[in-house]
Amino acid sequence: MAAVISAAGLARTFRTKRGPVHAVRGIDLTVHEGEILGFLGPNGAGKTTTLRMLTTLLAPTGGTATVAGCHLVTDPVGVRRACGYVAQSGGVDGQITVREELVTQGRLYRLTKAEAVERARELAQDLGLDGLLDRRTAALSGGQRRRLDIAMALTHRPRVLFLDEPTTGLDPGSRADLWDLVRRLRDEHGTTVFLTTHYLDEADALADRLVVVDHGVVVAEGTPSALKREHAGSADASLQDAFLAITGRRPAPADAAPVAI
Amino acid sequence: MLFKDTALVYGRCLRQSLRSGVALFFGVLTPLLYLFFFGPLLTGLPLGGQGSSWQVLVPGLLLQLALFGALFAGFSIILEKAQGVVERMRVTPVSRLALLLGRVLRDTTVLLFQAVLLVLAALAMGLRAPLGGILVGFGFVALLAVALASLSYALGLTVATPQEFAPLVNGVAMPSMLLSGLMLPMSLAPAWLEALSHVVPLRYLVDAVRDAYAGSYTSPHMLRGVLVAVGFAVLAVTVGTRVFRRAGA
Ligand SMILES: Nc1ncnc2c1ncn2[C@@H]1O[C@H](COP(=O)(O)OP(=O)(O)OP(=O)(O)O)[C@@H](O)[C@H]1O
Ligand SMILES: [Mg+2]
Repeated sequence: MAAVISAAGLARTFRTKRGPVHAVRGIDLTVHEGEILGFLGPNGAGKTTTLRMLTTLLAPTGGTATVAGCHLVTDPVGVRRACGYVAQSGGVDGQITVREELVTQGRLYRLTKAEAVERARELAQDLGLDGLLDRRTAALSGGQRRRLDIAMALTHRPRVLFLDEPTTGLDPGSRADLWDLVRRLRDEHGTTVFLTTHYLDEADALADRLVVVDHGVVVAEGTPSALKREHAGSADASLQDAFLAITGRRPAPADAAPVAI
Repeated sequence: MLFKDTALVYGRCLRQSLRSGVALFFGVLTPLLYLFFFGPLLTGLPLGGQGSSWQVLVPGLLLQLALFGALFAGFSIILEKAQGVVERMRVTPVSRLALLLGRVLRDTTVLLFQAVLLVLAALAMGLRAPLGGILVGFGFVALLAVALASLSYALGLTVATPQEFAPLVNGVAMPSMLLSGLMLPMSLAPAWLEALSHVVPLRYLVDAVRDAYAGSYTSPHMLRGVLVAVGFAVLAVTVGTRVFRRAGA
């Protein structure tokens, strides 16, 4: 399978008044076309910062990466055309209607007025926003808002979709719907999905492969069952145990393979 | 592309402003109060300018309107940033310059609308000035608005909170207002104050608009005013563009 994202030594240091913050220290990763990649890590591990670099929002202070064959720094416009991004905290104006946000987004992706209107209708139908088009976005429920955020990111049918904690705050039903949506995008359109989550059951159920980061570096990667086998002792263990063992937040379970002392 | 993108961002921003209704008129309130309650005090005073006291005061009030209106424009982008709207737009291929220009032109439009209201009120109060001069005055309002709104958005994009933004902007606005002779001409000032006022770019615009309102379009004041206003606008848009281009700002 061809690599659609590849990063080598990707790093970002923030300069702050209190000195440098090494948010991402050097990430190497490869994501294949059509893969659903779960990007895990504790709070502050550098997940959002990595996503912001891969979507050209933030210039790396070290390393390189390409997305859909376009180099982050030398061809940011190419990267932007290829990817959609749903930020951790969304990105719509509360005073604007769902319809206007969707149409404007289409026009920002260079659709004509008529195309943008048609695409807004399509997206609303696809994401169950049909009856809500004339509502101000502030008047949507959390789950509806999240679906709108995702609809916005899908406007241009991106090859790669970045989702930063897409299901945080959603009820179980909405989460299941979102999982279905992600699978459908991959199965029907071959979309590569790069998502972060703190729900390990979600990562387990949805992701083909997991990359775990901590303190700004990749500390483990593999399929969910491989990680469980390697870090929690057996493929039947919970991903939670593997995660805690990997990030060292709690002592590894007694039956796990001993780590270096 | 740049033109289309700018028109798109401009349209969105203008609709946001129109939706806010009465807020469209807030900016013109302060200059109107000065016009009604301060203007009449000046009618008998020797201000040293050509023409009536209204021809001295109204140019100052117009630029005051633009000064405060445009300097605080960047406030809105702090809120948009917090909502994630700015980043959402920045991941699309839209031109970075358009994200700035669309907003700046929206503010310029709103300020010109308010400037027209102000001049209409001033005409009712007794202002008499040549039409050409009044139009030149609007030109300066537009240039100042473009310049200051660009800088304001650049600042708004850089700071993290409104609490950092407001003191900085006030720190610029108040001295600019006092040192440029906005309310009363600097010709009334003692020599040291008059000398000091020359370091404030706004001073040159005020002098030029006062000349325009008196019908003298070819004075040295006018030439200097045009040069300073255009130069300042070019510089400010350049700075603004830099900040908007820089990833992660
Ligand atoms: N603009 C910034 N300036 C300074 N430090 C920052 C900035 N953005 C992020 N950081 C720091 O970088 C580190 C990584 O942050 P990041 O948001 O990438 O973490 P995360 O893995 O997404 O965490 P979470 O799971 O809580 O969302 C944190 O220590 C954070 O405080
Ligand atoms: Mg995060």
